[in-house]
Amino acid sequence: MISAPKPDLVTVNIDGRDLAVPKGTNVIEAARQLGIEVPHYCYHPKLSVVGNCRMCLVEMGLPAVDPATKQPIIDAATGKQKVNWMPRPQIGCATNAMPGLHIRTNSPLARESREGVTEFLLINHPLDCPICDQAGECKLQEFSTAYGRGYSRFIEQKNVKPKRTVLGPRVTLDDERCILCSRCVRFCKEVAKDDVLGFVDRGSYSTLTCYPGRQLENNYSLNTVDICPVGALTSTDFRFRMRVWFLKATPGIDPESSVGVNTEVWSREGVIYRITPRRNDEVNDTWMADSGRLLYKQVRAEDRLLAPAIGGGATAPEMALKAAADLLRSGAAYVVGSGRSTVEEQFLTRRLAAALRAPVALVSRTGAGDRLLVSADRNPNVRGALVTGLVSALPAARLDGLAADIDAGRVRTVLAVGEDLADAGLTPAQLAKVAVVYLGTHRNATSAAARVVIPTLTVFEKAGTFVNQQFRIQKFARAVPGPQGVADDLVTLAALATALGGAVVPADLNALWQVIAAEVKPLALVTHANLPSTGLLLDATPWAALPFVEGETLHFKPAAPAAATA
Amino acid sequence: MPYVVERKPLTLSERLYLPQILSGMRVTLKHLFARNVTMEYPEQRPAIPAGYRGVPTLVKDPHGREKCVSCQLCEFVCPPKAIRITPGEIPADAPAAHVEKGPKEFEIDMLRCIYCGLCQEVCPEEAIFLQNQYSMTGYTREEMVNRKARLYELGGTLPDNHFKWDKKKEAAEHGGGH
Repeated sequence: MISAPKPDLVTVNIDGRDLAVPKGTNVIEAARQLGIEVPHYCYHPKLSVVGNCRMCLVEMGLPAVDPATKQPIIDAATGKQKVNWMPRPQIGCATNAMPGLHIRTNSPLARESREGVTEFLLINHPLDCPICDQAGECKLQEFSTAYGRGYSRFIEQKNVKPKRTVLGPRVTLDDERCILCSRCVRFCKEVAKDDVLGFVDRGSYSTLTCYPGRQLENNYSLNTVDICPVGALTSTDFRFRMRVWFLKATPGIDPESSVGVNTEVWSREGVIYRITPRRNDEVNDTWMADSGRLLYKQVRAEDRLLAPAIGGGATAPEMALKAAADLLRSGAAYVVGSGRSTVEEQFLTRRLAAALRAPVALVSRTGAGDRLLVSADRNPNVRGALVTGLVSALPAARLDGLAADIDAGRVRTVLAVGEDLADAGLTPAQLAKVAVVYLGTHRNATSAAARVVIPTLTVFEKAGTFVNQQFRIQKFARAVPGPQGVADDLVTLAALATALGGAVVPADLNALWQVIAAEVKPLALVTHANLPSTGLLLDATPWAALPFVEGETLHFKPAAPAAATA
Repeated sequence: MPYVVERKPLTLSERLYLPQILSGMRVTLKHLFARNVTMEYPEQRPAIPAGYRGVPTLVKDPHGREKCVSCQLCEFVCPPKAIRITPGEIPADAPAAHVEKGPKEFEIDMLRCIYCGLCQEVCPEEAIFLQNQYSMTGYTREEMVNRKARLYELGGTLPDNHFKWDKKKEAAEHGGGH
């Protein structure tokens, strides 16, 4: 019988406490497990180790053995094996745990080393904190407070460097603030595979720059801003817009593709200011694509639908719901669901379609995958529709079935849940032949042609779950309240389903999940409240034979040969 | 328990009436010729002692540059949340472009302000001061919100001992410290 390989554990001693860690763990990570912070700038858990900032200097020692007999030397005073402390401090990031390694993170030598490194880093650092966007989440600020000396002995003139260098369309560099940790250089080389950044000149002239004739313009450039420990790399979009200590972070999921990148949505008083990645080692590590960071602009877009309408004229929500129910009840209905809806909305859409005995179609959106964090399937939740049973096959890009049904006169009413029918291949003539009930967030050709329009919320204004390409169900919370007068999607769908003669379903997320767990077999053990923040893998075997379009991305390998290569 | 009030009979001088009137007139006459203790307020204004905390204002440096860089620390520290700042970038062709950041809008709601002076204390740029102005009136709530232009009008110019940004600009123009 084959047993699972045991992780190769080694025991280290940090500040007098023994800890067993897997071989290969470095001192910073080992200390983190004990709740001890070893300050560092250049080390990043997802990048290679360079050890150039020298901030993580700690004292190290190894148990003493007699060189001749290899017997442990016992200290007579304590009765324990003696530790030979190294005369100089060593960097924690580049030292891996080895058996019997002793670490002192807070000895006078370690403290003095940190203070010295901090003083050197601050020599040429500008006193920019009042105008620096990093203030409040700046490692240099934090560590200077914690480990610095509190006053400056530097009376010479500080070095001055360019302050508004445009590195690319989304990144602006403030050279003075740079502490030359090279995280951004390593990120571009190792993760984004677009090796454009590097240092030029020497000593205090050292400057971060792009290779001549090139720009930092890949779709992952803003990750360099996230990992910059100081305010040197700034996001041109977020620059000077709001101090970070006012912002509230809400866990979100990036809806741009089926990767399901975990995000933090940063908002203040109902206004979103930026989106950053949230660490999930199974999905996106600590990265996300630039394209997903600007999606918050749709929340306050000009063409947002803000009031329900019947035949183009604004009306009360109850009237619109009643008109929609009357239209749908008249028979020969067709439901167009969406791969952008949450699992809960898809469940309610299925209920709705069942009450109407209407066929359901989804619209697929595909694009080239970038093998990193944007997959070929640009719908975030097609697998949610499979899991909830809304559809049983993969959707097509065009609604040819619906078009044929309209032409043949078999369909008189279409319920479009967030999908633009004109975009999905229906002609204006076909749209004019049927009565369309449109549930959506923004104005488009379908909302213009629709008989009844009911506005819905964007992904930032509601809570829910998406099932990503790994069949990992991940939840997100509501970051900002929706516009006044716009009901939650679940409320609208539940009200429609009830009006059309379906069983009464709760629109409250927690109550709804009890119904979902009882009715949807793959989700039987899931509740929204108990879903871990890193998501939960569902059993994907019932859909293993489907030809999913995704190619390989970070932490994902397609099970079957993909229909379209990434 | 009932309380019985003892009523004393009037004394002779009280019964005579006139001595009482005269003693009252003495007090009146004393105040008639004594030094005035009140102030004719709108015409006369009190002398404001040093360190007085009046209406918070924004000030400019002697070169006319607005000192606030919209770091929003006053907004953060303000106990009644009276301050609201919209930060903005100073355009690259402006004279103060080397400061990079300045307030696009700066509002202090004087209906909320409690004159505590924490904003002045926290300001790293010495741009906000509680000066001598103490009387804020208005007919509407809107009038009681001091906007940026009004704050600079109230604040005026104060002497600056540091000229931190100007020194920095000078250093940049002269080889950047090398």
